Amino acid sequence: MTTEVSSDGEVKKDEEKTPEDQQQTHTPAEAAQEKSASVEAESGQEACVSSPPAAGGQKKEKTISRFLPPWLKRQKSQSQDKPSDQESVELKQEQTDGGGEQTEEKKREEEAEEKKREEEAEEKKREEEAEETSVGSADTQPVREEKEGESELKEEQAVIPHEASVLSALKLNKKMKMVVCHVTLLDGSLFSCELEKRAKGQYLFFQVCEHLNLLEKDYFGLSFKDNAEQKCWLDPSKEIKRQIRNSQWQFTFSVKFYPLDPSQLTEDITRYLLCLQLRQDISSGRLPCSFVTHALLGSYTLQAELGDHDPDEHRLDYISDFQFAPNQTKELEEKVVELHKSHRGMTPAQSDAQFLENAKKLSMYGVDLHHAKDSDGVDIMLGVCANGLLIYKDRLRINRFAWPKILKISYKRSNFYIKIRPGEAEQFESTVGFKLPNHRAAKRVWKVCVEHHTFFRLVSPEQSTKTKFLTLGSKFRYSGRTQAQTRQASSLIDRPAPYFQRTSSKRLSRSLDGAPVVSVCDYSQAAGAGENGPPLELNSDSKSPQVEVVQEPDADAATSISSETAFETDGAGAPERKSKLRVQGENIYVRHSNLMLEDLDKTQEDVLKHQASISELKRSFMEATPEPRPSQWDKRLTGSPATTLRMQTQGVPQETPPRPGMDSRDASKSAEVKPEVNGQPEVVEVVEETVVIEEIVKPRSPAPEASVPMETECAAEVKEERSLSSDSDSEEEAEYHAQPPCTSISTQQIKEEPEEEQEAEHTQQAPPSETESQPITETAEPTLSAEEEKPAELPEEEEHTDEPLATPDEAPNGHAHHAEAPPTEEEEEPHIVNGSASRVEAEHLPQVICCSEPPVVKTEMVTISDTFAAQKTEISTKEVPIVHTETKTITYEAAQLDGHGEGEPGVLMTAQTITSESLCTTTTTHITKTLKGGLSETRIEKRIVITGDSDIDHDQALAQAIKEAKEQHPDMSVTRVVVHKETELAEDED
Amino acid sequence: MAGLMSGFGCFTHAVVRAVPESLARDALRSGGLEVDLLKVQKEYEEYVSVLKHRLGLEVLELPADDALPDCVFVEDAAVVCGDTALVPRPGAPSRRRETEAVKAALTQLGLNIVEMSDESATLDGGDVLFTGREFFVGLSKRTNQRGAEILADAFKDYAVSTVPVRDALHLKSFCSMAGPGLIAIGSSEAAQKALKIMQQMSDHRYDKLTLPDDSAANCIYMNLPGKGDVLLHCTPEEFPESAKVFEKLKDHMLIPVTNQEKAKVDGGLTCCSVLINMKKKI
Repeated sequence: MTTEVSSDGEVKKDEEKTPEDQQQTHTPAEAAQEKSASVEAESGQEACVSSPPAAGGQKKEKTISRFLPPWLKRQKSQSQDKPSDQESVELKQEQTDGGGEQTEEKKREEEAEEKKREEEAEEKKREEEAEETSVGSADTQPVREEKEGESELKEEQAVIPHEASVLSALKLNKKMKMVVCHVTLLDGSLFSCELEKRAKGQYLFFQVCEHLNLLEKDYFGLSFKDNAEQKCWLDPSKEIKRQIRNSQWQFTFSVKFYPLDPSQLTEDITRYLLCLQLRQDISSGRLPCSFVTHALLGSYTLQAELGDHDPDEHRLDYISDFQFAPNQTKELEEKVVELHKSHRGMTPAQSDAQFLENAKKLSMYGVDLHHAKDSDGVDIMLGVCANGLLIYKDRLRINRFAWPKILKISYKRSNFYIKIRPGEAEQFESTVGFKLPNHRAAKRVWKVCVEHHTFFRLVSPEQSTKTKFLTLGSKFRYSGRTQAQTRQASSLIDRPAPYFQRTSSKRLSRSLDGAPVVSVCDYSQAAGAGENGPPLELNSDSKSPQVEVVQEPDADAATSISSETAFETDGAGAPERKSKLRVQGENIYVRHSNLMLEDLDKTQEDVLKHQASISELKRSFMEATPEPRPSQWDKRLTGSPATTLRMQTQGVPQETPPRPGMDSRDASKSAEVKPEVNGQPEVVEVVEETVVIEEIVKPRSPAPEASVPMETECAAEVKEERSLSSDSDSEEEAEYHAQPPCTSISTQQIKEEPEEEQEAEHTQQAPPSETESQPITETAEPTLSAEEEKPAELPEEEEHTDEPLATPDEAPNGHAHHAEAPPTEEEEEPHIVNGSASRVEAEHLPQVICCSEPPVVKTEMVTISDTFAAQKTEISTKEVPIVHTETKTITYEAAQLDGHGEGEPGVLMTAQTITSESLCTTTTTHITKTLKGGLSETRIEKRIVITGDSDIDHDQALAQAIKEAKEQHPDMSVTRVVVHKETELAEDED
Repeated sequence: MAGLMSGFGCFTHAVVRAVPESLARDALRSGGLEVDLLKVQKEYEEYVSVLKHRLGLEVLELPADDALPDCVFVEDAAVVCGDTALVPRPGAPSRRRETEAVKAALTQLGLNIVEMSDESATLDGGDVLFTGREFFVGLSKRTNQRGAEILADAFKDYAVSTVPVRDALHLKSFCSMAGPGLIAIGSSEAAQKALKIMQQMSDHRYDKLTLPDDSAANCIYMNLPGKGDVLLHCTPEEFPESAKVFEKLKDHMLIPVTNQEKAKVDGGLTCCSVLINMKKKI
């Protein structure tokens, strides 16, 4: 959806920038002054603080993306696209307002609007929540509170106003937007056509087939590359736009089902296209062949395309442009020519037929390979083919499951399962599970299996499941014709063999040499995004948009509706709703640590005063170009935001009794207030990054025998579940029951598997709070690095994590530290923040999302605080250097976490925390094991604090940390990465 | 034009190797039986004679090497399919050098030689069953996964599936091809289990010829011009019951070949030759 606006948006963005800047610099201050309510005041303050340029930090963030796992990356790129989208929309609004200068009033208007909108969104949200009857009120309550808090905070973000305009823009654009899409054909040529933006895959596919004059089209399909560069088939029955998401409108026409016996194809043109596909497969190495086979197939290619060998015309070099094999040798070419000579008199059609007769015998013909791991974590390949599922280890076939042997195929998270029919001697069905690299991969292989089974084994496709009102799991089914049907249909083809031009493979080979066109385009897109990015980074104002951008994914997540199917079925309504929700999401995640902290310790008045002084400071900062400099204090401050929020949401009186530890914090905020700050050891240019990698491992699929009982057990619960997810069609998991062809169509029902549902429940039950909440909490993390300064305080912030599961309500910050402090106010507050945040995420992120969308929710928190840092040595003691610090928290999250622990929260089995330190990183590992419904779940949360000055390549360190974490637990999946960055932006040396 | 995977059982050449005198004393064996060298030599001569005179194959006979007591079993020292010969790394260290002479002979015949140089890989040709459509590789004491992988790499056109082999020296100790799509299989539990696995792993359907005796399931099928289906199998003296089963194959030219003595050192009929099809040069 981002794409539509972006095209015009990009153009205008630059112009836009200036007004926006102005706007931003003004507003925060104004806002701060005007707000009387403490919360509002805070938010205003926050805005002030946030305006200073965050270039360094943002850049970092961008670069980090290189190191993130693909699912994270994808989200990232999405978010990067977003800004342009929103900005462009915003531009429109500004123009209508009159020249881009926003008066205060306007601003207020917008705010009001915004509030309204948010309220609406909340309303909706509540309705949704209401639907989820089983959810404990205790859980939901905080969330609402949180939301209210958010709405108050919203002013901080200049971005929010855009939201509204986005909505309207969407409405406007709805009417017949046309889009040009490009399809790479099998001969390497490009076919372009214009489509209505909402066109279904089918429409484009038919266009292409028509262009090709292809009637036997059921063997073919269109594919596109997703953001992770994975090939995805375009579902003809669904809207294109919904499927490609942010990707370019670039497709590849290719063979989807390789006919077992190409000689049974009716038309030569179909065979020709199949040949083209196979030549690609062979020259790219996807279809391995021996030397002899390469030579033989190559010779048929020559005969088909060049005709008889002509000794005069065809010297040896006439074939050097052809690509017959991945590694083509002179020897091979000679052999090809030698064989070519022997085909004299063969027509192109005959040559193609011969080509196919040989190619079809290759063992990997028509096998669609997917990387996976078996239950022991060994790398294997899953090969889906006409006859069933093949399991390869390296080149060896180690197992094979023919379709008749398979009763059911399903996927859950990143696992793919097949249920095997019991053998003659066996009593029970068994289930074999495979681990795919990620959820999307699991879904992809599942889909491919469903399609291949239906196409090759069934007489006709299964009936759609539309009749089911509430379904959990993907509804995806193959909707095209089966092989049987297509054969029948093609036997009726009655037309003279169409003339077609056999393009030379030379051309083909060239296109093959490079990356496929699609991928190239993807790169360009990425590049484009990058172009958009830099200006944003440079601009302080641009920051807010970025924040929003980041939020966007979250918003997606937030809408439980956002599951793919829901989207597709939802017409216009969905986007609107989505954006509304999005607003909420944003608010939730943006907070300022300073403010929070202050709030905690001071009365409102104090806070206001403090803010005023800060804004003064800030002004002075802005004048002097700040140099990045670190303040450890700031880092610690980060922890506080949560606290404040908590208070707000709870309606707790703002005056909290100051605690001993707090002083130092205050100090960190404003040097003025607390002289002690000066005494702090000075740290120059310290950048901290914190990564929280949470990994969740689900135990392998229950033993076959076990699974049966489980199904029955959960049956009752399942129903509840359905009601919960009413409009969301969970694609997190899906099952497909293989039906033998003999079965009449009517009997082929698709059952909702209790098993799955149970799983789903499981996830939902997962204690939302702790683990998830942590990302937000990260702020607290700085503590680790800052330890030296305040050893005394540390325990407070750190303690919570230890028993996350046991105390779901307190979302521990997850900074796993050993000390278990009794829940003091301080602690609680952070919890709340975390908790609320987590809840929000969790709620919105039912597993549903995972399948359709990248299971990532990214949130970003940007905090910029002005602080007096410790003095530099060179500076005289009197002079207090002012350090501008930016704090940024980015959360990448796999969506499977569930906010509402529905029903059983699970039993905490073990919890342990391990801390290790190395050169510039401190790693805290927190492991909890819980037992839920007979399944044990292990969560590992790693908190890695990277401390160092700018010389350190933080991205590298971060990447390394993530990599290590992954390597340490290869069988776990990373569900969330939170990057919390604190960078000192500026210093004023006067 | 010979296409891919056509002409199963067509052979023109055979590589054999004479019996070394050290065989009687030093050849590896699982049974610990005494072997009569003279009998072995007699069996060998009969075998070569059948190939050469009865079937008209071009037989390339390699001289024996007393340092290699098992060298008569050339099958383990090469896997030939089409124009490609894989020279494996035999599982028994004492047999590793057997490949040298075999390789030289195959090179001389103009085959593309692929050598298994990986030190971690082992493979005996006796563990390799080529059905005409695919390979099955027994994972035995002599053959490991890595060896199978290298074989798969050498013969990319074909599926290569692995089959665990227990209670037998080689995969082909209890099975072999008795015709196109026809697997001769022993009756033992291990043999039947292996067959099940093979059937499950394959996209193709195979008929089976079940023989009461595992050892009898090791036979040699050829499809020779002018002779049609030819089957070299055990003699009624050795395995009367199994011989009866073979005799039911009406369409085959059945040639019983004695193997009694070689069996004492775990040698089967297939073990003593490497069959090659050189006629169709593509």
